[in-house]
Amino acid sequence: MPGLLSKKLGMTNIFSADGQMVTVTVLEAGPCQVVGIKTKEKDGYEALQLGFGTKKEKLVSKPVMGQYKKNNLTPSSVIKEFDNFSISEYKVGDSLTVELFNEGEKVKLTGISKGKGFQGVMKRHGFQGAQRTHGQHDRERAPGSIGSSSYPSRVFKGMKMAGRMGNNRVTILNLRVIKIIPEKNIIMVNGAVPGAINSIVEIKK
Amino acid sequence: MDKLSEIKAEQKRSDLPSFKSGDRIRVHSKVIEGDKERIQFFEGDVISVRGTLGEKTFTVRKISNGVGVERIFPFNSPKITKIELVKEGKVRRAKLYFLRGLSGKAARIKDKRVN
Repeated sequence: MPGLLSKKLGMTNIFSADGQMVTVTVLEAGPCQVVGIKTKEKDGYEALQLGFGTKKEKLVSKPVMGQYKKNNLTPSSVIKEFDNFSISEYKVGDSLTVELFNEGEKVKLTGISKGKGFQGVMKRHGFQGAQRTHGQHDRERAPGSIGSSSYPSRVFKGMKMAGRMGNNRVTILNLRVIKIIPEKNIIMVNGAVPGAINSIVEIKK
Repeated sequence: MDKLSEIKAEQKRSDLPSFKSGDRIRVHSKVIEGDKERIQFFEGDVISVRGTLGEKTFTVRKISNGVGVERIFPFNSPKITKIELVKEGKVRRAKLYFLRGLSGKAARIKDKRVN
């Protein structure tokens, strides 16, 4: 799907035309440079490689720097592939901006969620916890039974238990684009977006 | 200023008077009923002001027919047409939530003495 790379700046409220307060996430999207083009003949699939941000030349490995140098580009800090672009319209070195999107359109956003560390089952899987009264003690947040006894004599794979939470790739569907400011490369979408402030978020149509 | 603060600052309204917790104000706001629009006002004591720039809100409390009514307004809402400062109050704290537990004479706020 056509899309852009962006940086999450934070959340705020803005007012819509009819005076309603709308909660938005503000993202700095693009400009993304076309770093490479994958073609059916050469690579077996069609996609655009988009680069976002800047990186010091000394931090880029020589083979990668060679790819940039070949096309007279400056190194990007992030590179991601986006499919469903009509690749014949683009050439390497082109710059894509937020004008790719329209206000009112629905978009799909992908980011890496905030890491929560080692969490129990109540926070991680939404378990109810145990009774607080009726003679219970010391097990308010315990998971309860994790299986039967002699049969099957083991715990089934995929049993929901405590463990590391967050820091996953999360996609949010159908968030509405509320406002676009092309001169500042800003796009505002309704609602919350996965990831910490300053993290990279993919926006797709 | 970073880009997010710029966006927050753009939302800010500067045409409204400044007021503090403890002040009595009258807020005129637009109400849409079907296809008609009219102005309604809400008068009461400001018991809390929170947030900055575009995110600022304030809470107004009044006693209506013996029942306490509170309304939270976004300060920068385009629905607010006018704010009148009825009188300034003298209070020692920023959040006057203790008024919720008081009634009658005890729930009054002292007027500010102006020299």
